[in-house]
Amino acid sequence: MKAHLTRRYMFSASHRLHSDAMSKAENAATYGKCNNQYGHGHNYALEVTVSGPVDESTGMVCNLLDLDRFVQREILQRFDLENLNNRAEFIETIPTTENLCTAIYDILQRGFTHAHLDKVRIEETMMNSFEYAGE
Amino acid sequence: MVYLTRKAEFAASHYYHNPDLTPEENQRIFGKCNNPNGHGHNYTLEVTVKGEVDPRSGFVVDLKQLKEVLHREVLDAMDHRFLNKEVPEFSVQIPTTENLAIAIWQRLVSKLNKAQLHRVRVYETPDLFVDFYGEA
Ligand SMILES: [Zn+2]
Repeated sequence: MKAHLTRRYMFSASHRLHSDAMSKAENAATYGKCNNQYGHGHNYALEVTVSGPVDESTGMVCNLLDLDRFVQREILQRFDLENLNNRAEFIETIPTTENLCTAIYDILQRGFTHAHLDKVRIEETMMNSFEYAGE
Repeated sequence: MVYLTRKAEFAASHYYHNPDLTPEENQRIFGKCNNPNGHGHNYTLEVTVKGEVDPRSGFVVDLKQLKEVLHREVLDAMDHRFLNKEVPEFSVQIPTTENLAIAIWQRLVSKLNKAQLHRVRVYETPDLFVDFYGEA
């Protein structure tokens, strides 16, 4: 029987939303306070949802220890307490939470093989959240 | 179609162990959860049903009936219980969050009239939950 398992993680990071393709005025108009040249930070909540048949011998979709280890190594170590603008993932793209969602989805999709990846959901603040399911 | 979700909480203890595996394998796979003395969680259960809104009552489901079924079939059986020892499903299956969601689905699905069961979500902790939609 197929079940969907969601695990929630926290990390903190800073970013600045700024596009070199836009003028100063356009950047200010598009990103508002988030364009502040010194950046600002968030406590992000990341939810990773995986799915698959429940293994009869373990009762699990995938071993939580494997998922935690992967996320710790490949995602939290990469982004927690970092400036997202300095990360390789955001050389070409702007570290909006939309782009953070797709970047994290890609890392999981490429490297986590123990279960099917359903979606990635990120809460940037308590007031906004973003989801990406590879569509 | 309208979806309605009812929330409930229960506290229960469990441990993870597969008698077909060696003690070393059990330890490797289940880690701390393999301790036979068990440990406990405050589970949060969300049951989502769906249906068309009844034009006379304005309801998708009689919430009173849903609450009754939820109490009788799930909470009375699982709240303040040792799942491995006191809930029949888990004398054979391992009481993981996955199997708990499936067992709760199976306890509810035939007991609801009118509304159709859509999803059972079980939070083991605020950081971990499982959704079951009755998928084979
Ligand atoms: Zn546990």
